Amino acid sequence: MLKINNLHASVEDKSILKGINLEVKAGEVHAIMGPNGSGKSTLASVIAGKEEYEVTDGNILLYGEDIEELAAEERAHKGVFLSFQYPVEIPGVSVTNFIKTAINANRKAKGLEDMPAKDMLKMIREKSELLEIDRKFLSRSLNQGFSGGEKKRNEIFQMAMLEPKLAILDETDSGLDIDALRIVANGVNKLKSKDNAVILITHYQRLLDYIKPDFVHVLYNGRIVKSGTAALAHELEEKGYDWIKEEVNA
Amino acid sequence: MDLKEKLVSSFLAFENHADLDGPIHDIRTEAIKTFETEGFPSKKEEAWKYTSLNSILKHDYSVFPKQENAIEYSDVKKYFINDIDTYNIVFIDGKFASHLSQTTHDGLDVCLMSAALTKPKYRLIIENYFNKVATKDSITSLNTAFTQEGAYIHIPKNTLVNKPIQIIHFSTGSEVALMQQPRNLIVVDENSHVQIIERHQSLTDNPVLTNSVTEIFGNKRAIVDYYKIQNDNVNASLIDSTFVNQKRESHISVHTFSFGGKLTRNNLNFYQNGEHMDSTLNGITIIGDKQHVDHNTLVHHIEPNCESHQDYKGIFNDSATGVFNGKVVVNKEAQKTNAFQSNNNILLSDKATINSKPQLEIFADDVKCSHGCTIGQLDDSAMFYLRSRGIPEKEAKALLMYAFANNVLESVKIPELKKRINKLIATKLGVNIGFDL
Repeated sequence: MLKINNLHASVEDKSILKGINLEVKAGEVHAIMGPNGSGKSTLASVIAGKEEYEVTDGNILLYGEDIEELAAEERAHKGVFLSFQYPVEIPGVSVTNFIKTAINANRKAKGLEDMPAKDMLKMIREKSELLEIDRKFLSRSLNQGFSGGEKKRNEIFQMAMLEPKLAILDETDSGLDIDALRIVANGVNKLKSKDNAVILITHYQRLLDYIKPDFVHVLYNGRIVKSGTAALAHELEEKGYDWIKEEVNA
Repeated sequence: MDLKEKLVSSFLAFENHADLDGPIHDIRTEAIKTFETEGFPSKKEEAWKYTSLNSILKHDYSVFPKQENAIEYSDVKKYFINDIDTYNIVFIDGKFASHLSQTTHDGLDVCLMSAALTKPKYRLIIENYFNKVATKDSITSLNTAFTQEGAYIHIPKNTLVNKPIQIIHFSTGSEVALMQQPRNLIVVDENSHVQIIERHQSLTDNPVLTNSVTEIFGNKRAIVDYYKIQNDNVNASLIDSTFVNQKRESHISVHTFSFGGKLTRNNLNFYQNGEHMDSTLNGITIIGDKQHVDHNTLVHHIEPNCESHQDYKGIFNDSATGVFNGKVVVNKEAQKTNAFQSNNNILLSDKATINSKPQLEIFADDVKCSHGCTIGQLDDSAMFYLRSRGIPEKEAKALLMYAFANNVLESVKIPELKKRINKLIATKLGVNIGFDL
């Protein structure tokens, strides 16, 4: 599904990604871990198409197609979804209206008519139940005055509604209490299928207790320096990142 | 002959035509003298520093259109808020259009200035209120000198007006260039409530210059919500001077939506004569091309324990220029005043300009006054967030602009009007959002 080859990227001439190689197949869950400043969020943003980041070398293939020239919305239309670490507040636009706009924009890009209101309501009801979101929440302005947990839950709600092929969850676990974490993880698990894939970006092993990764990668200094199975995450939890840094710097 | 000379020389003919013994003869004569001495304002004056009238004064305007022009309702229906019942006072090229209007004398007066100026039964109100809050500056004086027609609205005490009043001025383009000077007087007595919508609409691209003056009097506990829709054609310019005199415990708001026209200047002045009242001045400006919108506001806090709220949002594209000049004066006696002012702007193009200038003159020592001004671009991270959800760039921009203007929109109290303004904004931004905000 996703194949990243020797990806180099920089922002304002500062090189951040320095040769990433990663392959994600349908049905897989990959966790990307690493210390602060290692380039995890940059990787997420580059895949999703943030314009401020410049790809200086290598490429990103989605279903074999190089997506470098595609705008963020075109990548979304092809099934890429990014759950933001810091979702943006949009006063005056309700959660419901926002998701309607997004869904219909995606349908339009595929040459489909707007989703009938009845189907939309039904889908909103189902997905909000899945994430234990109540109705009042849906009529609030998008992310405005939301708690950290509400913001993250809302991100996963959008993911549930948009049904992406490739979901990248950037630090979705940060700022969540244990109940919110359970709800969010449960939602992600229910949305997983053999046709889609998830990349979890996280500092901590905690989220991985709830969403089991097939692969764990350690990103350090703009490169994936170690890959393994879920066991690697436990090892990191126990020993921290210093031993990795030492290994790399040796 | 330039426009000033033309106006001054036509004054005599105008006065001869009107009732010479009328109570306002002296006022008119005084006013034309002021205009004759001072002329049109120029950029040399501080209050007009960023707005030049030169480009709009050069046309050979017809000052008294001769022809009566008819328009069919079906052709102009779209300019009315037409999905609710309203009173309408409609003018075509400055003349009252009875077939498009719905006036009343039943419990309240929604009628014509020309009638109020001449009929004895209105004499007392005219004597007590006409030209009493309007200032004597030259552009207002010009209007005063030629006062003849406009809306006259008198709401007697304890009256809740159950439907909004629309004041609409159409210009048909039958004249090569037309100058109009409507004069409105609105008097709202104790405990009464009224909502008014005002619009100037030219139906062709022929140049139109409107120099409009409105006086609003809100007596004790009056509530007045006044909405101005300024979405005129490319060659239509408007100088709107609105003066509000408030008495104790009244609540008066003026919303100005400036989306079109060549040059628009809003002089909006509030005078608080009493305690425990509030004044609201809100505006949304969305313009492009070479359009120019200037908001020049004044809130004068004269007595203690009052509030004022000003919130102006501007979005400027292409080579559009905007001005916000907001003055707040707090008299020494006006303790416990709360005065808030904010002016936020988004520039969508490198060539767009905004001049924002808050002026606070505070002579009392126990007050809360704040002002803030921002000028920026659309937030890149917000754009990325929306686009990453599959929303195309243009729609994403529009959503962010809606969000930016939202708190002003939220304060519109007539739902149908709010819907209309949403639609105008969407059209202006060239998008179809697909839902009502």
